[in-house]
Amino acid sequence: MDMDLAKQTFIQEALELLASMESALLAFEDQADPGESINAIFRAVHTIKGSAGLFGLEGIVRFAHTLETVLDRVRNHEVSLNRASISHLLECHDHLAGMVNDLASQPEGSPDLDPHGRQLLEGLVPLLEGKEVAAFEVVRVDAPVAETAGAPALGGGNGADCWHLSIRFGRQVMQDGMDPLACLRYLGTLGTISHLFSLIHLPEGDAFNPEECYLGLEIELDTAADRKTLEEVFEFVREESVIRLIPPHAKIREYVALIQEAGDSGDLLGDILVKCGCISRDDLREALQIQGKELTTPGSMQRRLGEILMDEQSVPPAVVAAALDKQRRPADRQGIESKVVKVQADKLDRLVDLVGEIVIAGASAHVLAAATKEPALIESTAIINKLVEEIRDNALSLRMVQIGETFNRFRRVVRDVSRETGKAIELEIRGGDTELDKSIVEKLSDPLMHIVRNAIDHGIEPVEVRRARGKVDTGSLTLAATHEAGSIVIEVSDDGGGLNRERILAKAKEKGLIREGEVLSDQEVWQLIFEPGFSTAAAVTDISGRGVGMDVVRRNIDDLRGSIEIESYESAGTTFRIRLPLTLAIIDGFRVGVGAGSYVLPLELVQECVDLGPFLESAENHLVNLRGEVLPFIRLREIFGVHGALPPREQVVVVRYGETRAGIVVDRLLGEFQTVIKPLGELFRQIRGIGGSTILGSGEVALILDVPQLIQLVATANRRPTLSSTVN
Amino acid sequence: MLTFESTQQKGKVLIKLVGALTIYTAVQARKEFSDALEVHAAPEVDLSGVDEIDTAGVQVLLWIKQEAALRGRSIPFAFHSPAVVEVLDLLNLAGTLGDPILIAPPHS
Repeated sequence: MDMDLAKQTFIQEALELLASMESALLAFEDQADPGESINAIFRAVHTIKGSAGLFGLEGIVRFAHTLETVLDRVRNHEVSLNRASISHLLECHDHLAGMVNDLASQPEGSPDLDPHGRQLLEGLVPLLEGKEVAAFEVVRVDAPVAETAGAPALGGGNGADCWHLSIRFGRQVMQDGMDPLACLRYLGTLGTISHLFSLIHLPEGDAFNPEECYLGLEIELDTAADRKTLEEVFEFVREESVIRLIPPHAKIREYVALIQEAGDSGDLLGDILVKCGCISRDDLREALQIQGKELTTPGSMQRRLGEILMDEQSVPPAVVAAALDKQRRPADRQGIESKVVKVQADKLDRLVDLVGEIVIAGASAHVLAAATKEPALIESTAIINKLVEEIRDNALSLRMVQIGETFNRFRRVVRDVSRETGKAIELEIRGGDTELDKSIVEKLSDPLMHIVRNAIDHGIEPVEVRRARGKVDTGSLTLAATHEAGSIVIEVSDDGGGLNRERILAKAKEKGLIREGEVLSDQEVWQLIFEPGFSTAAAVTDISGRGVGMDVVRRNIDDLRGSIEIESYESAGTTFRIRLPLTLAIIDGFRVGVGAGSYVLPLELVQECVDLGPFLESAENHLVNLRGEVLPFIRLREIFGVHGALPPREQVVVVRYGETRAGIVVDRLLGEFQTVIKPLGELFRQIRGIGGSTILGSGEVALILDVPQLIQLVATANRRPTLSSTVN
Repeated sequence: MLTFESTQQKGKVLIKLVGALTIYTAVQARKEFSDALEVHAAPEVDLSGVDEIDTAGVQVLLWIKQEAALRGRSIPFAFHSPAVVEVLDLLNLAGTLGDPILIAPPHS
């Protein structure tokens, strides 16, 4: 069987549900009123079980069913959970996730309950025991595995019309954990239900058992799905239930057979069929007459059904194949209505690429239009440009995701690592709704993992040390995200012991990273820990301390055009601050000219522009005095070795990155400009101060300045920038 | 979790169901309903607090209607919650459960 779309959807949804279950379980642990969490956990398991049932995944259903029963008891305050049982539930969650993942890698199989799964279920027994065990049996471990082989696929005759489905659910269906409504809802996604009659004959008084199912359905379904697909809908209830599927344009006698099977309630059913338009009044009358006659002959119904099957199978295979093909095509159009559309990431990337191209082409058209001095043309290109800008923003926002999901994954990490290390740690998450580019989020997960693990292992002290230092026993770790001037700032802070300056310096000397007697600022010392093979941990643990990691962290962040800084105070804690661009593809640029060439600065980093002349404080030391604040500056023409006549008035562009402000001196200001970043080729990667290139509307190439690196150049005051040797 | 809250308003007894009316609460619901039918002459049922309902829940609602009818009485339902409306709509039972509710047009 092909891994069909529905199954893929199931896997995806199940994994999402499992993720929410995990976070709810973790939340359950620290909440005073865990009511909401337990409901979320219960719903997740309940839904997974229901949908797994639709696919006949017995193993998953059985596992989930027991879990669900436990959770229901918790929900009703019949049992309470302690730390150990939550851990056990987390393991059950992992196992369930494992089964779902197996399904993804082996679409053909149906993950069975393996010994580990059984062991986990046995572990749940204490939670299931007690006098108030639910009225129905917990698990039928010996339940037969549902048959998965479908009946021969037989399509209808001419064109897709309505199928008639006649279902009498088995009494036990609900006690086995299935809700007939789930089948019905799923059926609704396969086509349009044009008629539906519920037949519910409830016994009177005490004979009514509210846990038994008395439901029958007569459904007219307008669908292009084939018999096999429809049968699969009822796969899990099929054993106990009576299910009849009558294809479109079926012979009248199939309906007659249906009426005959209905026995006493045949009259009512006949009426329903007439209302559905399956048969005419006359047919019904005739059928009931036949029924009347044949009822006196035992076994006649069997014969008739056999005849029908023979009739169906006598259809030549070629005709069946053609009919099936015809039915399948429209089936592709039908999907589950949903507010969320899932799109493959590469399609989005392609869209963003194209939008990038259209931005360039639009700018070019605008320049050409301006040259013609035709007002109408200029106006229309201006409108187009405005629309392109909106398309660009929208396309980019499609790729934006909230960082909260990534952060939440760390709840489990923190919990597990803190158990391994025996330290009590509380994780606080702030700014989870901050959005940033999906491609960045994906690459951020690993570096964050390293930092978090390091913080727990090395940062936060053992409880005795904490007590000695007068801190609370529970260490705290914070993950926070905020927006700041065109970038996103992600902070990982702990209230641990802080970085040990002396130890880092000693290690650096030992490794030959610094010379004896060299004086370094705190910031420079902290950056040393990002050197390859650098670890000061006294003890190497499973978690960290092998000296791999922090260099990888910096490399990953560099790849994202971001930066990382550390703030650390002895005995008070450490904060890792990662700054990242919001997106990697397109920026609003500010174009400046030096000599004959032009350069682009990210507009968000530009604060103001002033004439250099009146503000010059010291030409030798490269300082300007901006209303009392003295800022360092650099001349782009010096940095890039541009020769030629100086303009009459040089301009200073004041930029800010993080906490630092600096001036960049240029010849001309050329205004705002939408910029599609084209990465530089391998050869030019090493050049500091340039982040990429872009193509101007005129077809010329402009270099995009890497402001953070330039600021760093400015900040290292006594070192003269020496890029001229590498560029030009 | 399912609770039955009964209040008296202008001489009428109003029973408000709050919580999930499902297989897990069906036994309880049946008992509460039949008790209510014993005690009160013409109780009305407020379904606005039903946040989850499944086949078992629908059956209990149908059953108590049937029981009331057998005794020549009635037990009107009112203020159907969205969850209830959705399921009644799905099963095309809005007519059978016989009380005026606002629902989307039936399947067409």
